[in-house]
Amino acid sequence: MTTAKPDERIQKVSLVTKALRRPEFGALLGALVIFTMFTVADTTGNFAGLQGAAGWTHFAAPVGIVAIFVALLMISGEFDLSSGVMVGTAGLMAGNLISELGLGVWPSMLITITFAGLVGLANGLLVVRTGLPSFIVTLATFFVLKGVNLAVTKMLTGTVRVDGIDVAPDFEDARSWFATKIDIGGSSFQISVLWWIGFTIFATWLLTRTTFGNWIFASGGDPNAARNAGVPVARTKVTLFVLTSMAAALVGIMTLLELRGMQAGQGVGQEFYYIIAAAVGGTLLTGGAGSAIGATIGAAIMGFAAIGIPYALWDQDWVSTFLGVILFLAVLVNTWLSKRAKGARK
Amino acid sequence: MSAKASTKNLTPSLELKDVGKSFGSVVALREVSLAVYPGQVTCVLGDNGAGKSTLIKILSGVHKQSEGEFTVAGVAADFNSPRDAMSKGIATVFQDLATVPLMSVWRNFFLGNEPKKWWKPLGILDIAKAKRVAKEELLAMGIDLRDTNQPIGTLSGGERQAVAIARAVYFGANVLILDEPTSALGVRQSGIVLKYILAARDRGVAVIFITHNPHHANLVGDRFILLNRGRMTASFERETVVLDELIQAMAGGSELDTLTHEINVIRND
Repeated sequence: MTTAKPDERIQKVSLVTKALRRPEFGALLGALVIFTMFTVADTTGNFAGLQGAAGWTHFAAPVGIVAIFVALLMISGEFDLSSGVMVGTAGLMAGNLISELGLGVWPSMLITITFAGLVGLANGLLVVRTGLPSFIVTLATFFVLKGVNLAVTKMLTGTVRVDGIDVAPDFEDARSWFATKIDIGGSSFQISVLWWIGFTIFATWLLTRTTFGNWIFASGGDPNAARNAGVPVARTKVTLFVLTSMAAALVGIMTLLELRGMQAGQGVGQEFYYIIAAAVGGTLLTGGAGSAIGATIGAAIMGFAAIGIPYALWDQDWVSTFLGVILFLAVLVNTWLSKRAKGARK
Repeated sequence: MSAKASTKNLTPSLELKDVGKSFGSVVALREVSLAVYPGQVTCVLGDNGAGKSTLIKILSGVHKQSEGEFTVAGVAADFNSPRDAMSKGIATVFQDLATVPLMSVWRNFFLGNEPKKWWKPLGILDIAKAKRVAKEELLAMGIDLRDTNQPIGTLSGGERQAVAIARAVYFGANVLILDEPTSALGVRQSGIVLKYILAARDRGVAVIFITHNPHHANLVGDRFILLNRGRMTASFERETVVLDELIQAMAGGSELDTLTHEINVIRND
């Protein structure tokens, strides 16, 4: 059969163009440039080594875990601005369940993740049922949770902080899964790095190798066409809201276990880091295109900046400015690359 | 091709008898009768507001008729949703709402009907099969793509319609309803779509081609239904009609000699 062998015309697509077509290509290029820049500017000699890696992954892993799911959600055409505050909500909720109500760490985690799933479900159902922009719906959730975090924490603890969870009997047990350190070549890495890598692989598989992934792209690319083809667009989006919220809750619990406590304001503002990571990684803000690996690279770039700037003995206060510039440049380059790759068709 | 037009002993794939539809006091459609047969192209012509959309919606299961009979393969149709119609082999290709531009051709081809491997509930895509089948099926319809991995948005409008048609045919459509597939396209692109309408017909599909362009209808149609203000004003067989009559029967019509020539070349192949 003639069609079984590769079409000879495919050869005309050069490897370079193939790479350019990948949504995360721009981010990878940017990551290399930024990594090299900080390696050169480094004053400690550690940035490019394992010790530096332990540092930037410590920052990047919790961002990356949520950013991956935020990216999937954005590919499906929706935002979740409540993902940052959910990190705080989950940490505070699990913390209060453990220290104030005296529940075990594991049941507290289960309740917290379930609760986060329900918040995601509410976000999703409100978006698909009312037809309101998810930007507005989740902005509302963001503020509702932000208030709840502060009020309930003060009500229960009398302060703005949850503490004393490390006296729980299964605390160390849970910590060994979610917040311990692992030794690689003499440098101690947070175990969250493994979770981050695991989620990157899982989400990439989900997005590119499953029917659900097909539906994610279709829901964001053209919801009407998707619906006409029989894709359950609403269910796909709601599922992603649930997953995003649960991923944020997992990071909240990891943070709680690592810090042995949680501030009521924790997580607020993080939602923008997730969106930046996804956008830098080549996820289209209008939906329909993007990748999980891209979000991971985006989070890694943030880690480079967070560690590289102090290593270079630059003023830490400039980290946000740096990220802002990177976001702008990355989206500019990504847009240009994808236009070129599509327009050229070669 | 006119040999295919012999329909005396066949059961129609789909038949309407004196079908009407009213929305409250507004009568959108009345006394429409038509029968479509496998391997034939039935053209429904009419200007804007003639009732074409209402007719499509009845045929594709969006609305139920208010009066008259609607049978599919001789059995009374009782559709509550487009999914019901689809399960009876009636596929509708809407003009702009057929494909997702940023997704690859093979992903679009199988969208909503993805082939799975291993344990089905896991929903793992059988990508190799999807790519192979998409390429083969498109080739069978005469669409030769060098790479089904390219985003469908990089194809021309006509080619995209063609992919949507090939998809409907592959997923077992007995009746293919095309809603103004050429109205947003240029002459050349329209030619591509008309060619695939004939390709679908040759595979034994009953095609309902809705258009307001009598030239396009004349090029591919075996029978012609004219709608005007919700009524069926005329019905012709291919043998008994000439283009001028069609144009006259319809309000308006524009010159498309180039296209006529192009399609005649294709038809004579």
